[in-house]
Amino acid sequence: MSGPSTYEPKTAFERWLDVRLPIVRFSADLLDFPTPKNLNYWWTFGGILAFCLIAQIVTGIILAMHFDPSGAGAFNSVDHIMRDVNYGWLIRYIHTSGASMFFVAVYIHIFRGIYYGSFKAPRELLWLIGATIYLVMMATAFFGYVLPWGQMSFWGAKVITSLFGAIPVIGPSLATWLWGGFTVDAPTLNRFYSLHYLLPFVIAGLVALHIWALHVPGNNNPTGVNVKSQSDTLPFHPYYTVKDGFAASVFAIMFAIFVFFLPTALLSPDNSIPANPIATPAHIIPEWYLLPYYAILRAVPDKVLGVFLMGAAIACIFALPWLDTSRARSMRYRPQAKLYFFIFAADCLLLGFCGAHEPDEQFIRGLAGFTLGDSNINSFVWVSRVAALYYFAYFVLITPILGLREKPLPAPESISSPVLSHPAAAPTGAAAAPEKKG
Amino acid sequence: MLRKLLALAGLFALASVPAFAETTQAPLKAPGWSFSGPFGMYDQAQLQRGFKVYSEVCSQCHSLNLIQFHNLGDPGGPFYNAKYPNPNENPVVKAVAAGWPRQVPDIDADTGDPIHRPATTADVPTPPFPNEPAARASNGGALPPDMSLLAAAREGGPNYIYSLVAYGYKPTPAGITNPPPGKYYNEIYPGDLSSTWAGKGDVPPGGFIGMPPPLTNCKVTFDDGSPCDVDHEAKDVAAFLTWASDPHMDQRKQTGSAVVIYLLIFSGLLYGSYRAIWKNVAH
Repeated sequence: MSGPSTYEPKTAFERWLDVRLPIVRFSADLLDFPTPKNLNYWWTFGGILAFCLIAQIVTGIILAMHFDPSGAGAFNSVDHIMRDVNYGWLIRYIHTSGASMFFVAVYIHIFRGIYYGSFKAPRELLWLIGATIYLVMMATAFFGYVLPWGQMSFWGAKVITSLFGAIPVIGPSLATWLWGGFTVDAPTLNRFYSLHYLLPFVIAGLVALHIWALHVPGNNNPTGVNVKSQSDTLPFHPYYTVKDGFAASVFAIMFAIFVFFLPTALLSPDNSIPANPIATPAHIIPEWYLLPYYAILRAVPDKVLGVFLMGAAIACIFALPWLDTSRARSMRYRPQAKLYFFIFAADCLLLGFCGAHEPDEQFIRGLAGFTLGDSNINSFVWVSRVAALYYFAYFVLITPILGLREKPLPAPESISSPVLSHPAAAPTGAAAAPEKKG
Repeated sequence: MLRKLLALAGLFALASVPAFAETTQAPLKAPGWSFSGPFGMYDQAQLQRGFKVYSEVCSQCHSLNLIQFHNLGDPGGPFYNAKYPNPNENPVVKAVAAGWPRQVPDIDADTGDPIHRPATTADVPTPPFPNEPAARASNGGALPPDMSLLAAAREGGPNYIYSLVAYGYKPTPAGITNPPPGKYYNEIYPGDLSSTWAGKGDVPPGGFIGMPPPLTNCKVTFDDGSPCDVDHEAKDVAAFLTWASDPHMDQRKQTGSAVVIYLLIFSGLLYGSYRAIWKNVAH
């Protein structure tokens, strides 16, 4: 924790406890943690993510009580949860929609970190732990998607595990080891179930490290300017518990709309057909949150190169603290970086859109185009290629070069100074809400 | 846009169609359902009619293995009656189970001899075929899919089932060379006819399905005097199959409305608290 503890044990029991296991002091320091007073709503997603993790673990533990992880029983046990278990449909839909909500929140959290430079010194380790959480989340979500043992579960598992088979030299043995056999089968389901139960607790441990690493330098803030004095901060409780609580409650409304009114919107109808190793679905599409990587994978004709690029796409996120050369932290004072950032965000959405379509499908329907290389220029594969190129260029070219060339606008002296000159602070202010970034 | 080659089609069309072919189908018809939208609920009379269509027509070939008779009397189900909170005591449900045309294969508890006994409310409707090879042998090699999750497992759900059964069957287009024997052209059934198309113009949508047109006008008559043309029969059975694949939908939407209202009020209170707590902070 940064700063001295202000906790004073009040009762005899608290004093007794404080010299043995200062758990009350620990909690009090967490609640009193000095937090920059200018955090906007983009900062509420950390709390929302904690809410998502808890929701997934609680519903997951209950689902595990009713789930049968055998090749013969998995599909019907999920159906049994949906039909016969009291409120089983609610628990399962919270869990399936919850996975998507978790990724919505984590993507906003990551983009917020990129925009405001939250990965820069002294928060590199905080960023690395966060990126690791994201990686483990993807693995957990993938394992979870396999468990209902429907057609898309089975074939999704087949496609993703086959990617490991593409790794030179060790690939085939690695794939056999992952499958527990020579193809995706009941042993694969068993081990995925075991890992799907394990990894959320790994995530919980990483989250503890993430929060610890956050509490050493303290929060970044929209200006990117370091906290200079006590007047720049507020105690986390009640100021940010209430703000995060409000944001989490609004998030929960969106969550509930998916759970109760659109529970199958993000699920594939094919997953209501039991896994059948001899009938391949027409289109095997991963969950939406993996689609950008899927588009990168399919953008290149060579499978090994595709797998390599997919890995590189994730590696770029890890390397970001050392790729960004700019000394200014927040993009609020970097107009050029801001522009490239928004193009990057749109590019990631475009990659996701491409991942949901067949590579040879027309991007603009009805436009003839012409053939360039192996495919028509007006096809999703070419759009994916251009989008993937920008994705990598953003990390390895734009970010390092722009950081050296761009002259940032003057940042405020301290967190408190822009507050005083903020339009909303003026008495006539019918301007934007103070939470909006400037 | 169509994304699916059905499991069945995958098995039977593989010989003539490449595995990853782009399948096509005619646009689905959407007749409008009582259960559409955030407040739409099942129409119990329609579910009862749909169950009658299933019992008298579909169940000749299609199993319903994930439904037990007592589910028919659950809240939201076709025979729910508030007088019988335990559906096993519902006389209609008991009568449907006891009167199911195929008895349940079992063993005699005293002798161990194989026997057939009448179904109870705890039983699954005895399927038409004892096993998959028997089902295929009776259907020209095609496997009639289990219907418990059919509406969930097809893109378009009830609209797909309704359109396929009521409107999909058309005379085989003249330009199709060697149509598969014993199969029926259906413009809703996803398929790829490009390899057999020798006619002029675009390849017709749809494919060849193993199921003969199942419904005719007034093949099933309804006790409540509802019209019994193919359109109504198809609509009612599609509604029943939607219930079968999503039996808790009514409860889900009702709970959802309450949850959303609760969260809206709760968010309002939290926003008020937020404004009050932050009142004196310049930020």
